[in-house]
Amino acid sequence: MQPLLSQACWDTLYMVGWSTLIAVVVGLPLGILLVLTDRGGLLHNAVLNKVIGQVVNIVRSMPFIILMVALMSFTRWIVGTTIGRDAAIVPLAVGAIPFFARLVETSVREVDGGLVEAVQSMGGNTWTVVRKVLVPESLPSLISATTTTVVAIIGYTAMAGTVGAGGLGDLAIRYGYQRFESQMMWIIVAILAIAIAVVQFAGDSGARVLHRRAGKGGEPFRFRKRAAFLPGGPVTADATATPGKTG
Amino acid sequence: MITTQGLTKVYRSRGREVTALDGVDLHVREGEVFGVIGQSGAGKSSLIRCVNLLERPTSGTVTVAGQDLTALAGRGARAGRELREARSRIGMVFQHFNLLSSRTVQDNVELPLEILGHSGQARSRKALELLDLVGLADKAKSYPAQLSGGQKQRVGIARALAGDPKVLLSDEATSALDPETTRSILELLRDLNRQLGLTVLLITHEMDVVKTVCDSAALMEGGQIVESGTVSELLATPGSELAAALFPVSGDASGEDRTVIDVTFHGESATQPVISQLSRTYNIDISILGAAMDTVGGKQVGRMRIELPGRYEDNVVPIGFLREQGLQVEIVENVAQEPVLLKEGVTK
Ligand SMILES: Nc1ncnc2c1ncn2[C@@H]1O[C@H](COP(=O)(O)OP(=O)(O)OP(=O)(O)O)[C@@H](O)[C@H]1O
Ligand SMILES: [Mg+2]
Repeated sequence: MQPLLSQACWDTLYMVGWSTLIAVVVGLPLGILLVLTDRGGLLHNAVLNKVIGQVVNIVRSMPFIILMVALMSFTRWIVGTTIGRDAAIVPLAVGAIPFFARLVETSVREVDGGLVEAVQSMGGNTWTVVRKVLVPESLPSLISATTTTVVAIIGYTAMAGTVGAGGLGDLAIRYGYQRFESQMMWIIVAILAIAIAVVQFAGDSGARVLHRRAGKGGEPFRFRKRAAFLPGGPVTADATATPGKTG
Repeated sequence: MITTQGLTKVYRSRGREVTALDGVDLHVREGEVFGVIGQSGAGKSSLIRCVNLLERPTSGTVTVAGQDLTALAGRGARAGRELREARSRIGMVFQHFNLLSSRTVQDNVELPLEILGHSGQARSRKALELLDLVGLADKAKSYPAQLSGGQKQRVGIARALAGDPKVLLSDEATSALDPETTRSILELLRDLNRQLGLTVLLITHEMDVVKTVCDSAALMEGGQIVESGTVSELLATPGSELAAALFPVSGDASGEDRTVIDVTFHGESATQPVISQLSRTYNIDISILGAAMDTVGGKQVGRMRIELPGRYEDNVVPIGFLREQGLQVEIVENVAQEPVLLKEGVTK
């Protein structure tokens, strides 16, 4: 049981690691491109924007299990097989890319257009804007997006287990569901829960540190006056108050 | 230094057309501070954004430091290399500062130098020098979120100066600041203008700003420049709205049989002697109803509203005397009528 479990842990880590990496490497530029090609964007291109948007929507609307099946021949073409942890990375990454790209899009859209303009006024080109403004300014939010994506991928790996990908999900199903050894299943559930908590905590901490530095909240206790007639007393300490743009 | 000819900007959105600029001929001389004033929607921001081609003019030309920027623009919406190079020689400061929150103050100032491809050492030397110039040497390692509005704008100005521009554009740089801070930022701009010979084109809502720092000013209305000139030229223009708004005088006649006149001084004659001379020569009592005077280049300029006893017919001679002194005299007939600009919440 012990070696089985540690092997499964490694398999899961392997699948999550690679598919996250691919999702970020492909999804980040895709998300940024969605913003840039949109109306009023620096690379405004209605056709490209529509095409990327539609592809992203279609992939996102597919249940993961269907995606796995649909991608079988593609997977075989890439890794030579449809079974095993390497094969599972393909549908995991393909599923995560549009998911992450949409999150990136939302994050990047929140960057103040004035900053883009400032860099343009200094003589920066589009690439400068992406490198010096869009990515660094949305970094806290991008870290949160990555966290969310990792958690989602961990969930998907359990499903990937059903097609012989290995990993914790696979083990849980084989032992817990097929052999009625519920102890193993509960151990795995605990491991997954802990893994997700750790990922979430790490991501949140990273995002919070950057956020605080950027002055987007987290200053020690800002007092905001509340109208006295409102329930909750006249003055409330609001630790997470977000100061306005003029800060 | 900055010249626009027949500058037109038409915004098209969802089939609707808005003409923001309608044939603007602007001329900003080298080394002067030029203020553009006007009501909201008059096209001021559109104008300043057309100067560095952040906004593409629909037609007309923009020349900065002898270089025709509109010729560099190319066809597409993207800025070519030549235009980007030209932009790097034009500094710009913004109402909301537009500092990168993810960078320290020093790194913000270094940003234009990174874009210009300067080495790390040269960048940090220049940035520290500029921060010293704007009085923020001790804040180099702070993040913008830790600064006050005035300090942020100083960083914005330091950043705008990093590329050694000859021209500085400022779109309501002080509108988000309190009066005290506004004054210190304006003084800074004025100092930079003098020390570095910087040409400044600034946009503002506040007459005080124009009065404090500008050599010349223009008034925009409906996408057109309706008045423009140096402050004393404007004063010398009868019926100038801008002059009236810059030097507002008010006050009603204290009774019937009184003549109220506005006297404009544009620096040739000193205020006090003329009025007392008038009083002595014609043996009349003069009451000053209001005055808005300023000292520009050691000379007194501005307007004064005075009241003379008797009807206009009785005062033809004294008024003639004032005109002989080279003063501009306007008879105020309907005192109740305030200048238009003043009603638009212009702070005084
Ligand atoms: N991007 C845009 N798309 C469409 N219309 C625009 C755009 N920018 C400005 N306009 C319109 O052009 C006109 C002039 O706008 P502009 O921003 O130049 O005015 P402004 O004088 O700077 O006003 P304010 O004092 O409020 O800043 C306005 O009617 C405005 O609605
Ligand atoms: Mg404006």
